[in-house]
Amino acid sequence: MLSKWKALKKTTRSNAITYAIVIVAYLIIQLLSGLGLLSSLFTGLLVPLCTYVILAVSLNLVVGFLGELSLGHAGFMCVGAFASAFFSRCMEQAIPASGVRFLIALIIGAVCAGIFGILIGIPVLRLKGDYLAIVTLAFGEIIKNVINVLFIGRDENGFHFSTKDALSLNMSADGDVIINGPQGITGTPKDSTFTVGIILILITLFLVTNLIHSRSGRAIMAIRDNRIAAESIGINITKYKLMAFAISAALAGVAGVLYAHNLSTLTATPKNFGYNMSIMILVFVVLGGIGSIRGSIIAAVVLTLLPEMLRGLSDYRMLIYAIVLILMMLFNWAPKAIEWREKYLSRLPFLARKKGESTGKEEV
Amino acid sequence: MSFLSYLINGISLGSVYAIIALGYTMVYGIAKMLNFAHGDIIMIGAYIVFTCVSTAGMHPALAVLLAVIGCTVLGVLIERVAYRPLRSAASPLAVLITAIGMSYLLQNLALLIFGANTKNFPEIITLPSLSLADGQLNITGTSLLTIGVCVVIMAALMIFIRKTKAGQAMLAVSEDKGAAQLMGINVNGTIALTFAIGSALAAIAGVLLCSAYPSLTPYTGSMPGIRAFVAAVFGGIGSVPGALIGGILLGVIEILGRAYISSQLADAIVFGVLIVVLLVKPTGILGKNIQEKV
Repeated sequence: MLSKWKALKKTTRSNAITYAIVIVAYLIIQLLSGLGLLSSLFTGLLVPLCTYVILAVSLNLVVGFLGELSLGHAGFMCVGAFASAFFSRCMEQAIPASGVRFLIALIIGAVCAGIFGILIGIPVLRLKGDYLAIVTLAFGEIIKNVINVLFIGRDENGFHFSTKDALSLNMSADGDVIINGPQGITGTPKDSTFTVGIILILITLFLVTNLIHSRSGRAIMAIRDNRIAAESIGINITKYKLMAFAISAALAGVAGVLYAHNLSTLTATPKNFGYNMSIMILVFVVLGGIGSIRGSIIAAVVLTLLPEMLRGLSDYRMLIYAIVLILMMLFNWAPKAIEWREKYLSRLPFLARKKGESTGKEEV
Repeated sequence: MSFLSYLINGISLGSVYAIIALGYTMVYGIAKMLNFAHGDIIMIGAYIVFTCVSTAGMHPALAVLLAVIGCTVLGVLIERVAYRPLRSAASPLAVLITAIGMSYLLQNLALLIFGANTKNFPEIITLPSLSLADGQLNITGTSLLTIGVCVVIMAALMIFIRKTKAGQAMLAVSEDKGAAQLMGINVNGTIALTFAIGSALAAIAGVLLCSAYPSLTPYTGSMPGIRAFVAAVFGGIGSVPGALIGGILLGVIEILGRAYISSQLADAIVFGVLIVVLLVKPTGILGKNIQEKV
């Protein structure tokens, strides 16, 4: 058994560990909830937790492997969430089977977000570095802003659109307002469960890890490491950049679908789809280790649970969260701290690390 | 006439953005980092003035001076504690995330000290408003002062950078840190000075912003901060006149968009214009286009 394990490729082993962590975590939580040991607060966090994990892994594709800073990830999530919630809301009677409906909603959410990713990616990916970051941020804010003024209703004559208010939709008396501007979409069927979330995480992991280790993935990483060198050996920069960006957006859309079907009321507020959310996902990615898939998962889980675990400290919890974040960044990234760690902590056998591993750039 | 008054309101708001954008642009030019906590320094400055005037009953001028000193110290302290250790980190994202952490820290600190409810910022600017064209065009004293302060700051900063040794040192450090060090320039000191100037300007911007829109919460600084950052990118990040142009354009577009197109879509319009500008001129209006070499 052990020799077979060792005979596997290093990346295969690493991926297997990642999958195993997710599955074991799932089994433990199912066991605990079966025994009735989980508080309702914690149970309510499970689906959002899955959403954040998918978001972090998908953003890592852009930040870690493509090497571009995107601050608009929540915008793609927003597209996926609203497109799928709109579909589910319309089709609730037409397709009563929740499984089939959710599957179609997932595909719709992912495709819509992916299309937005391509549409935004074509102009945006010409830019570099911080300019790219600010334009993705701008797109995310625009998406959120536009959804907040969008009114869509349906009656027997078909769909009605407006950007003013629900009254100007001019619907007949029994018309149904589906997207109600700032009030968003109400009455989305609650199809998301923890099990669905875990399955989606596993699918995301499968897609991302396979992409990274494919020919395309190596091309994407070559662009990150040296764009000019990559171009000169004939890698089509635009194609691969767009590919990574669109896949990442589509996966964010999947996270959006999961998010939307967990809430009865879906609204686009600065808190859930604004730049704050995009920044929070970026924090998961950077703290987990840029380019480390497993790190993203762990950071997303820890940083989501941390404020909840500190709930007893009420007013101080976000302050502590901020301090912990700063200290972790300093400890992980400051050259002096890395030197100190190598000098003292490497003497402890279980913490012994190879040199340079802490930068995490090549780690998958 | 209403167009003119919107325009003046826009220029006044844009002046505030320009002053904030200066802080972003100088720090970016010299330390190559986006200081996400800059917007929250504005908020801290406004709270200092609020406490000094409303609670302690100080003279407004003294309160503003205290706010400037307080923010300068805070800015230098943040740079020393959180940013300097990460300056040579393997990824530039490390310092960005630390700055985000610093922004959370300042917001939550303010939340703890001052509470979540909105504070009414005291009226400290008591200039009379100017009436033009038989009272059809009214310009408030706050608007006039804001525009005036912005012009003075810009001029002073340009003279400082061009004519003084410290200003030249800043230019040198932003051009090439290693070479500047070899020429005997104190790089750490120069960067600290940049943070000090940026934070002092943030305090002034905070006072001006809250005088025009007098509701103060721990999150007051974050949205203007993001808009000013957009303004800095708009004008070409790293360029001082660019911050002025970007800030004022952004303020005018925002106010005119709110008035003539849709008040809910104001943000979308501002960001949409930004995207168009960056697609036509990828380094902003006054940004230098540096050719990448192999």
